Amino acid sequence: MIGLSIPNINVNIGKIVLNNPLVLASGVMGTSPTLLERVALAGAGAVTAKSCGPEPRAGHPNPVMVEWEHGLINAIGLTNPGVEEEVHLLKEAQEKLSPLKIPLIASIFAGTVEAYGQVARAIVAAEPDMIEVNISCPNVQDDFGLPFAADWRSAADVTRSVKRAVGDIPITVKLAPNVPDIGRIAQAVVEAGANAITAINTMPGMLINADASRPVLFNCSGGISGPALKPIALHCVTEIAQAVEVPIIGTGGVLTGRDAIEMMMAGATAVGVGSALWYRGPDAFELIKAEMIAFLEQHNYRSVDEIIGKVHKA
Amino acid sequence: MKGGFEIKQVQKLFWVNQTTCWLSLEGPIDAQPGQFVMIWLPGIGEKPFSIASMDPFCVLVVGVGTFSHALQKLSGGDPIWVKGPLGHGFSVDGQRLLLVGGGYGSAPLLPLAKAARAQNSQVLVCLGAQNSASILLSDAFENLGFQVSVTTDDGSRGQKGLVTSIVEQALQASDFDTLFACGPVGMLTTLAKICCEHQLDYQLSWEAHMRCGLGLCGSCEVPQTFDPSLPVGWLACYDGPVFRKRW
Repeated sequence: MIGLSIPNINVNIGKIVLNNPLVLASGVMGTSPTLLERVALAGAGAVTAKSCGPEPRAGHPNPVMVEWEHGLINAIGLTNPGVEEEVHLLKEAQEKLSPLKIPLIASIFAGTVEAYGQVARAIVAAEPDMIEVNISCPNVQDDFGLPFAADWRSAADVTRSVKRAVGDIPITVKLAPNVPDIGRIAQAVVEAGANAITAINTMPGMLINADASRPVLFNCSGGISGPALKPIALHCVTEIAQAVEVPIIGTGGVLTGRDAIEMMMAGATAVGVGSALWYRGPDAFELIKAEMIAFLEQHNYRSVDEIIGKVHKA
Repeated sequence: MKGGFEIKQVQKLFWVNQTTCWLSLEGPIDAQPGQFVMIWLPGIGEKPFSIASMDPFCVLVVGVGTFSHALQKLSGGDPIWVKGPLGHGFSVDGQRLLLVGGGYGSAPLLPLAKAARAQNSQVLVCLGAQNSASILLSDAFENLGFQVSVTTDDGSRGQKGLVTSIVEQALQASDFDTLFACGPVGMLTTLAKICCEHQLDYQLSWEAHMRCGLGLCGSCEVPQTFDPSLPVGWLACYDGPVFRKRW
C-alpha cells in the first residue's frame, strides 16, 4: 500500500519535530500570542515571533511597506515591546501553541554582543522551543550600525554570547544575504555553537518614486522580500549547505509548493514563509503544503527528507 | 499591484463642516463598499482612509493631525499617491438593512447605501456624533431616499444620547436582515452585543492602528475582547476592515 500513502512531510530541526517544513518567518504577523496561534492554526509547522530587543521600539513611521513589480520592500524598523514584555507574550503564546504541538521560535536582536546575551538570558524564561538570533536586520543601521551578520568574527561573537546564556535551548542564527562569503559566516556561527542557520534575511534595497522624486519608504532603504528574493536565497542556502552540517531554515521568496521544494533541494531542512501571506492570502500555508504533497506524490517521493540537499547529490 | 502606490490627481476639495472635507480624485476606483486605501504624501506620511465614493473616487478627510491637515491644504491638480483598494468590505446581504455610523464612520456606509439603493433594499440609517456639526453625510443618505435618525451626545441635533439607543429602538420597532456599522470601537462592541442578543447578522467595519496595510506587520489586530465572534488574530487591514457575522 506504500504507493497509495501520502508522503511524509515531517522534518526535524535537531530535536524539534515539525509536522511540516513550513515555518512562519520572523517579522511577519508574529507580534502577539493570538497572531502566532492564528498562524499555527493556519497550518504552519513552526512559528517565529517578531524579533525583540532589550528595550521597546516604536519602529519607523509610514510608509513601512510597499509592493513593487517583483516583490515587497519593508522597513518596519524592529517594532517590539522590549524583552521584559516579550517574555510574558511568549509565555502566553507557548500556552496556546503547546497543545497544538507547534514549536515556538523566539527571535532576538541587540546592539552589542553583551546585550545579545542579556536578551537571550531573559527570553529563556519563556521556554521557547528555539531562539532565532537575528544579526541581519537591514533596517536599523542608524541605531545599531553595520549588522553583525556582515563579518564572520562578530557573527561568531554574538553566537557565543547567546549560546552561553540559553542553556539547552537550541539556537538558529539568521544570516544576511549581502555578504561576500555566506558559507564562511555559517561556518563561524556553527563553530561558535549555532544549532541551525536561518537564511536569509531580506536583501537591502530602495524604491524611489520618480514623480515624487523621493524614496518611497520613510526609512529610505528597506528589505526586499517576495519573488525577487528567491534566487538569492537559493544561492545562499546552497553555499551554506556546502559549508555546514546543521539544519537550515531556508527563507526568501517562497510562495508556492514548488518554491519550497526548490529551497529544500538547495539544502534547507525547513522553509520560512513570510511574504506569501500577502501574495497568497491567509491560506498560504495550507496551499503551499498541498502543492508540496502533490509534487512529492507526482515524483514518487515517500518522504520530504529525500529531497533535502538533492541538488548537491545529483 | 494593489500593494504599490499609484499617482492620482486631486480634483477638488469640498468642505462639509469646519474640520471635514470631501477630497475627490480623478476617475473612479474599482472597489467594494467598505474597502480602504492608504494615501501617501511624500515627506509627510501615509495613512489609511475609507473609500467614501467609488465614482468619482472620494475620501472624507477629518482634520485631526499633521497628515489630514496637509491633505486639506491640497487643491485641484495636486498629486497624491494611493495604495489599494485594500481589505475586505461590506456585501449587501438581505432586503432590510440597518446602517449605523458613529462620527466619521458614516463615510464607508455611503457607498454601501448606494449599492443597497441599486438593489432596491430598504434602508434605515442611524448616525451618532458628539454634536450637530459632527453629524456627517446625513443629507447624502437622505438624497438616496433613505430615512436618517440622528443622536448627539449634547442633544444639539436629533435625540440626545448614544446612537446605540436608537438602534435598540429600531430593532424593537421593525425586523432587519443585517446591521452594518462603522465607528468607534466602543460603539461597535456594543452593537456586536446587541446583534448577538437579537441573533441579527452584522457587518462591522473596525478601525485599528494600521501600518503596512498589507497584513504582515501585525499592528492592526482587533482582539476578541472587542467582539467575541472575531476569529483569533484577526487583522483589520487584511481580514477586514469589515467583519461579517452570520448566525
